[in-house]
Amino acid sequence: MPCSLSSICNWTFEVTGPDAQNVIEVRGLVNRFGAQVVHENLDLDVRRGEVLAVIGGSGAGKSVLLRSIIGLQEPAQGQVQVLGEDLRAASAARRAEIERRWGVMFQDGALFSSLNVLENIKVPMIEHQPLPLDLMDEIARLKIALVGLPADSAHKYPSQLSGGMRKRAGIARALSLDPEILFLDEPTSGLDPLGAAGFDELIVTLKKSLDLTVFLVTHDLDSIFTCCDRVAVLVDRHVVAVDTPARIAEHDHPWIKQCFRGPRGRSAQGALALRLQGA
Amino acid sequence: MNAARLQWCGEGSDATVLAVSGPCTMRCLPGVLAQVDTLKRAPTQLDLSELESLDSAGALVLLRLLNPQQQYRATVAHIRGARPEHLALLNLIAEAASTPVSPHKPVSGWRLWIERLGATIVGLWTQMLQLAEFFGAINACAWSILRGRRKLRMTAVVHHMERTGLDAVPIVSLLCFLVGAVVAFLSATALRDFGASILTVEIVSVSFLREFGVLLSAILVAGRSGSAFTAEIGSMRSREEIDAIKALALDPVELLVIPRLLALLVMLPVLSFLAMLSGIIGGALVGATALDISPVMFLVRMQEETELYYLWLGLLKAPVFAFLIASIGCLEGFKVTGSAESVGSHTTSSVVQSIFLVIVVDALFAVLYMQLDL
Repeated sequence: MPCSLSSICNWTFEVTGPDAQNVIEVRGLVNRFGAQVVHENLDLDVRRGEVLAVIGGSGAGKSVLLRSIIGLQEPAQGQVQVLGEDLRAASAARRAEIERRWGVMFQDGALFSSLNVLENIKVPMIEHQPLPLDLMDEIARLKIALVGLPADSAHKYPSQLSGGMRKRAGIARALSLDPEILFLDEPTSGLDPLGAAGFDELIVTLKKSLDLTVFLVTHDLDSIFTCCDRVAVLVDRHVVAVDTPARIAEHDHPWIKQCFRGPRGRSAQGALALRLQGA
Repeated sequence: MNAARLQWCGEGSDATVLAVSGPCTMRCLPGVLAQVDTLKRAPTQLDLSELESLDSAGALVLLRLLNPQQQYRATVAHIRGARPEHLALLNLIAEAASTPVSPHKPVSGWRLWIERLGATIVGLWTQMLQLAEFFGAINACAWSILRGRRKLRMTAVVHHMERTGLDAVPIVSLLCFLVGAVVAFLSATALRDFGASILTVEIVSVSFLREFGVLLSAILVAGRSGSAFTAEIGSMRSREEIDAIKALALDPVELLVIPRLLALLVMLPVLSFLAMLSGIIGGALVGATALDISPVMFLVRMQEETELYYLWLGLLKAPVFAFLIASIGCLEGFKVTGSAESVGSHTTSSVVQSIFLVIVVDALFAVLYMQLDL
């Protein structure tokens, strides 16, 4: 029965192989800080090539979830697989191997304050993939252009940049090694509406052109409707729903109802509808 | 990691089309670049029909291969056989990488050196002006507190007295005890040959009463509390807390500087006194154990030979040092700008400046006392 055999092979290949559909798999995640339980038996999948947004109220543990996935927060229980590898079980070398296949942008960019933007972007390259200096310079300039920063910001220091520019520079540094997964922690918080809209566009462009999987933590409803393929809603220590933004908006969970059918949710959806009509 | 392979299409040395096969991503760039170095001439066209994977760094290297002048917009036309997604990426990269590079020439050699010299001199001058201005601000604030126009934050004063004074007692007394013992040993070694070991008592007591007690505690407090003042106020400044204080119509000098200054003014003399005591105890202990000078003899000799006003000469310096350390520590904190690095450099500068000034002023006091025959 060659047919069934190949289908079994395919099946195992899909689950564990490098081309598995899920680039991130979280199973039964439990996070506690003292007596306070942040996550309880949390499951979440992120598929290759999608933009997945995690939303939830303040203090719902969105950032903690991101930190558990990238290994900055040791979970109390549960399993996190990234690119088919359980990072807690992996050897240090394997871990480093996986870690350089993702890029992380922290909330305020987390640029190294003693280095200018160009040097910040070159840090991961110099450490992990040394190339000729002029090529590294050009790659770094290319990333600066890709994230939409003006060329003269290359020699500026983080304290000389505005909040939005620091975030863009943070993305440029995250993209330095051409990662497969991009983690973004609240990319649009603290930005003016125009800047936030520009950021949403940037995420879509980068995802399309660089073939990225994007995991973003946000509470900006506009970004959810403009740039996300799927939305995971994190309420009461669980992921209560994962679906496309349009279907999440129709979901029956009380928190989702309040959030999406409140005045801000309606206006965000209305804006999206208008844009779609225009297109 | 197997890298992309570069091969000329067609035979002979006149082939101009280079075929790239396999993966061309950042991971295998070193291999690709090594092959580029062995090419004898630049290709005019690239054939990417066998290319497996491509990322932005790989795309940039391919574009550079065709056009070393960094004007890539027209270059994509010389690429053939590329998959649509690769072509889209190449177009995007060509567009992004063609933005003009802003000229950024570092100034070199002599000019830089002279510039730095000038900046240092101007910096020293402005620093002195700022210090004078800050002294003025402190005095103005203290004056208005005395006249009852502003409040004295007693809670903060006591808090800082505990942190800068009480918490420093163990380290200051231990250190002075050890230095006292060392001074006793040294002088006994030098004096033994003359049969004058007993003079150790005078050397230890006079040096600690007049100099070491206050000097050592001032240096320790500068390192311990002066740096803490700078770091605290500096990080408040970089998180805009100082601006918030001003915007709330409050005075940062009244809130942050006066309590710290007052706490040091009270505690440094106390610490100095403790330092003198422990230094003398250290000397007496060495005398009793190693030099056959019993503690009773030590005390009697000290009472006979050491004047009481030496204590006051020493303690008189403590408030002056306290004022210097607290005001420099706070001023450096206010000078912090933005980054964490700035907090670090100003903390260093605060400790260096206050220790330097403490020693300079101590030397001035020594000259003054000598002129007054004290």
